[in-house]
Order: sequence, then structure tokens, then C-alpha cells
Amino acid sequence: MTANSSVNSTALASSRLEALRAAAIALVLGFGLVWLAGFAYPESVHDASHDTRHALSFPCH
Amino acid sequence: MIARVLMTGVIAGLVAGLAVAALQHVTTTPLILAAEVYETAQHAHDGAEASAALSGLSRTAATSVATVAFSIGYALILLAAMLLSGDAIAPRRAALWGACAFAATGLATSLGLAPQLPGMAETDLAARQIWWLATALATGAGLFALLRLDSAAAKIVGVALIILPQFFAPQPATPESTAPAELAARFAASSLAVQAVSWALAGALVGLVWRLLSREREVS
Repeated sequence: MTANSSVNSTALASSRLEALRAAAIALVLGFGLVWLAGFAYPESVHDASHDTRHALSFPCH
Repeated sequence: MIARVLMTGVIAGLVAGLAVAALQHVTTTPLILAAEVYETAQHAHDGAEASAALSGLSRTAATSVATVAFSIGYALILLAAMLLSGDAIAPRRAALWGACAFAATGLATSLGLAPQLPGMAETDLAARQIWWLATALATGAGLFALLRLDSAAAKIVGVALIILPQFFAPQPATPESTAPAELAARFAASSLAVQAVSWALAGALVGLVWRLLSREREVS
């Protein structure tokens, strides 16, 4: 019983760890994309994203 | 897990982004193009030269790609937030997360920096970007504290996080614009609607795609 529950809690902890790792990767990629599309300065990025920055009310110009 | 998270973000973001790009095409973009006509006329009057870098189909394509990038980013951020807070990822709940994200990045930031058309007076860009980002993050954290934490202290901190950034909003520029006020008002309203749809759709689709991919995994 004790062994069983400790196996369960180890499995639970490792799946939680996996979820946190996936969340961290998603967060970095998500913020990276929003930063690139919404904040980045290079002129080509700004020009391509111009209308969407205005539409989504990101500070532009 | 990581593959499923990324796949969900990309698929949900792609579909939401294409739908929002279509919405922009008939709501905000025509207003931006109209404002640019006034801006160009003013520049011509002043003897300066100004023209948009892209036009026609290439402009529509670039805008759509940018919108898809935003939507995939939004979808991944919503996924990360739900995973971090230990929430079940389901369509209705994910759409609610999207609604809160809209309150943070759309409503709170618009109080200090109203959606702007080209040709409106502006202040220093970096200062506005920093305030925008700080306000969105603080409001998001504040909403989480208010809605998800039980202690009274957490709720007080939550309210403070939502209200305080508004006191530091950048000073608005002297209201000068080449675009008519009527156009600017319509743009502000359209922009808020497009933002609301972006987040809600990204959220709902994240929940839906996640459910489909999880089911597929169980079957196989």
C-alpha cells in the first residue's frame, strides 16, 4: 500500500514536472512570438506587422 | 507532453489567426488605409514624402502572417498559464482565460494608451511599450490573485496590481491628428472588438484542439 502510493506520488510528481517544463517552453516561445510581432524594432518586421500592431493596439511608431 | 503543447499552440493559433486576419481585413485595415490617405495628404502638403512600405496583396499577406504569429503566441501563453496553474485545458475554461488576457492586454492598456490610427500624435515609443507591457503583466497577475487566490491579502494585492499601473500611464501627446475624430473613434472600438475576438478564439481553440489531441493519444 505504502509502496504503491509512493509509486503513484512519484508518477504524479514526474508528470507535474513534465507539465511545468512544457509550460516553460510554451511561455518562452509565446512571449518570443508576441515580442517579435508586437515590439521588435527592425524595419522589415515593423512594416510587415504594422497593420496588426495598430489593430491589436500595440504601441507603434 | 511538450509536443502536444506545441502542436496545440500552432494549430489553434493558425486557425484563430486566419479568422482574425479575415476580421481585420473588413474592420480595422480599411480604417488604417483611410487614415493613411489623410496622413499622406498632410505630408504632401508639408513637402515631406511618406508612403507605406507595403501595399496591395503583399500588405494583406504580411498582415495575415503577423496576425497568425500573434495568435500562435497568444495560444502558447494561454497554454502555459493553464499548465502552470494546474487547470484542466478545456474549451470553455480556456476561453475564460482568454477573456482575462483580453482584459489585461486590451482593456487595461487602452485606458492609458487608446488604440491609435496612423497620423495621430505620439510620444516616445520605448516608454509606451514598457508601460504597455508592465500594465498587461500587472493586470494579468492582479486578476489571477483576485479570481484564484482565497486570502483577503492576496485580493487586496490583486486590486492594487490592477489599479496602480494606471497612475503611471505615459502623458498623452497634444491631441493632434491628421485623421478625423470620427475615424479614430471607430478605429478604437473596432480594435477592442478585434482584440477580444483574438483572445477568446485563441482560448476556445486551444481547449478544443487540446481535447482532440488528447483523445487521439488515448485511442492510439
